[in-house]
Amino acid sequence: MALVGNFRDELGKAFVSAGEAFPELYVVTADVSKSTRSILFKERWPERFCSVGIAEADAVGVAAGISAFGHPVIFTAYGVFATEKPFEQIRNCVCYQNLNVKIVATHGGISVGEDGATHQAVEDIAAMRALPRMKVLVAADPGEVKAALFAAVRTPGPVYLRLGRSVGGVIHTDADDVPYAVGKAEVLLDGDDVTLAAAGVMVEQALEAARILRARGIGAAVINLRSIKPMDEELLNRYAAKTGAFVTAEDHGCYGGVYGAVCETLAARRPVPVERVALENTFGESGDGRELMRKYRLTAEEIARRAIDVIKRKG
Amino acid sequence: MKASLQEKARQLRRDAMQMIYEANSGHPGGALSLADIMAYLYFNRMRVQAANPKDPRRDRLILSKGHAAPILYAALGERGFFSKEEFHRLRKTGALLQGHPCVSIPGVDASTGSLGLGLSMATGMAVAAQRSRMDVKIYVIMGDGEQDEGQIWEAAMAAPRFGLDNLVAVLDRNRYQNDGKTEEIMPLDSLYDKWKAFRWHVLEVDGHDFDQLDAAFTEADNTKGGPTLIIADTVKGKGVSYLLNQPQLHYRPPTEEQFLSAMRDLA
Repeated sequence: MALVGNFRDELGKAFVSAGEAFPELYVVTADVSKSTRSILFKERWPERFCSVGIAEADAVGVAAGISAFGHPVIFTAYGVFATEKPFEQIRNCVCYQNLNVKIVATHGGISVGEDGATHQAVEDIAAMRALPRMKVLVAADPGEVKAALFAAVRTPGPVYLRLGRSVGGVIHTDADDVPYAVGKAEVLLDGDDVTLAAAGVMVEQALEAARILRARGIGAAVINLRSIKPMDEELLNRYAAKTGAFVTAEDHGCYGGVYGAVCETLAARRPVPVERVALENTFGESGDGRELMRKYRLTAEEIARRAIDVIKRKG
Repeated sequence: MKASLQEKARQLRRDAMQMIYEANSGHPGGALSLADIMAYLYFNRMRVQAANPKDPRRDRLILSKGHAAPILYAALGERGFFSKEEFHRLRKTGALLQGHPCVSIPGVDASTGSLGLGLSMATGMAVAAQRSRMDVKIYVIMGDGEQDEGQIWEAAMAAPRFGLDNLVAVLDRNRYQNDGKTEEIMPLDSLYDKWKAFRWHVLEVDGHDFDQLDAAFTEADNTKGGPTLIIADTVKGKGVSYLLNQPQLHYRPPTEEQFLSAMRDLA
C-alpha cells in the first residue's frame, strides 16, 4: 500500500509516476518547481522539463507550443497564478487550439492559509469551467492526486486539476488503488434524506457533517464530485430523485463554482432545493488554514446546518 | 529569384486587398507591410508541403500579429494549401478563413489574433523540436505595436535561456499601431538595443528588399546557440498608395474607389 502524505508530496510522487508512464510528457512551471514538487520530475527528466521563470503567461504559451509538437504537457503553479494570471493564454493558446495541456494547480481555496488572499484561488473553478473544451477536476484528498493526475494526462485536450495546498484529509488510503474517471463522481456514503455534494478539502467536512446528521437521525449521502466539468449528471439526477435535496460544499467562491455547476445540472432535469457552503462574495485572508475554514464557515457544522435547512424546503 | 519573388509579393498584395475588400473588414496596411517577407518565406525559404500540411518535419510559422491574416492566407492559397476560392469567403459565417489565423486552416501552425502570444508558443515549439533533435525551423512574425505587450518580453527573456537557434523571429517595424504612430503611442526605440540586451542575435533589414531578407535569414540559419531577431523596416500599406501614412485606415476596408486604385497600383 502506498503511503499517503500531504497534497504536494503526493503530487511530487505522481509527477514522477506520470513521467515513467508517459514518456512523451513534459512539465512546465514558473519558478515554483520546489513548492509544486515538480523538481522531482526535473531531476529525473531535465530534457522534458522547462521553467520559464516567474512568467505564467509565457509558461502557458510555451506549454501550448510544446504540446503542438504532439506532447502532453503539464503546466503547474499555484491556483491563482496557474489559472487567473494567464487566463487569456489558457483560453486562446490552449483551449481554442484544443491542445493537450494540463493545468495542475496547488493552493486552491482559503485553506492555503498564511499566504493570504493574493495566493488563495477562490474563483479558479468558475474561471476554468467557463472555458470551452476545458475539463475541471478537483482532488478531494492527497490519496486521490495520482489517480486524478493520470486521468488528466490520459484525457485528450485541456484539463484543469485543482489541489489543496498541503494538509488534506485522508479519504483514500492507497494512492495506487483509486478508481477514477473524468465525468464520474464518487459516492462515499449513502443516505436517503439529503445529498452532500462536495469537492476538494470540503469532502472531508461533508463526511463529518454526515456523522453529525446521523446523530440527529438524518441520513445524508456524501458525494465526492471530483469532476466539476463534465459533471456526473446521471449520478446527480439519481441522488436528486432519491434524496430530494442537496447541499454543495467547496473551498471556493459561491459564484460559478461547484454550487453553480450542481445547480445547472439539477435544474436541467431534476430541480430540487440546493443550499451551499462556499465563500460568500469575499476574499480570504492570512491565517492558519483550518482556522480560516472555521472563520469563513467552511465546516462540517455549517454543512449540517444547511442540510437541516434544505430538508425543510423539500416539496 | 528576385524578380519572381517581386511578382509573388505583388500577387499576395492583390489577393489580400481583394479579400479585405470583399470581406468589407480587416487590416490592409499591416498585411501589406508583410507581403515581401511572406513571399520570401513561403516561396524561397520554408520547407512546407501543401500536400502534407501536418508533416511533423515541416518548418512552422506563427503569425503573432494575427490581424495580418489576409497576407498569410494569400501565401497559403498561392502555395496550394487550400483553394483560392476560399479567399472570397474570408470572415463570412461558416467560412474556412477566419478573421484571424486558426489551426483549423490547412497550413496555419498556430491560432493567433490576441497580440503578444505568438513568441511564447514559438518558444515552446522550438524547445520541443530542439529536444527531439528535429531539423525544423520555427518562424514567428510579430508586429511593432505588439511590442507593447508584456508577454513579448517574458518570451524574449526565455528563448535565449533555452539556446533556441532553431527560432527566428521577425519584427514588422512599420511604425504604426491602432491609434497612430508607435513612437507617439508607446515609444519603442531602440528595439535593436532592447532585444540585444535580451541576448538575441539581432539583424536590421529593409523588409521590402529580397537580397537583404535573404542575407538575414541565411545568417539566422548559420547562427548557433541562440535565437535570431530580424527587425524588418517596412512601410505600412506598402504598394498601395492610398494607404501610405494613413494611420486612421488601420482597420478600414477599402471603398470601391480605393480598391480600384489599389488594383491599379498593384497591376
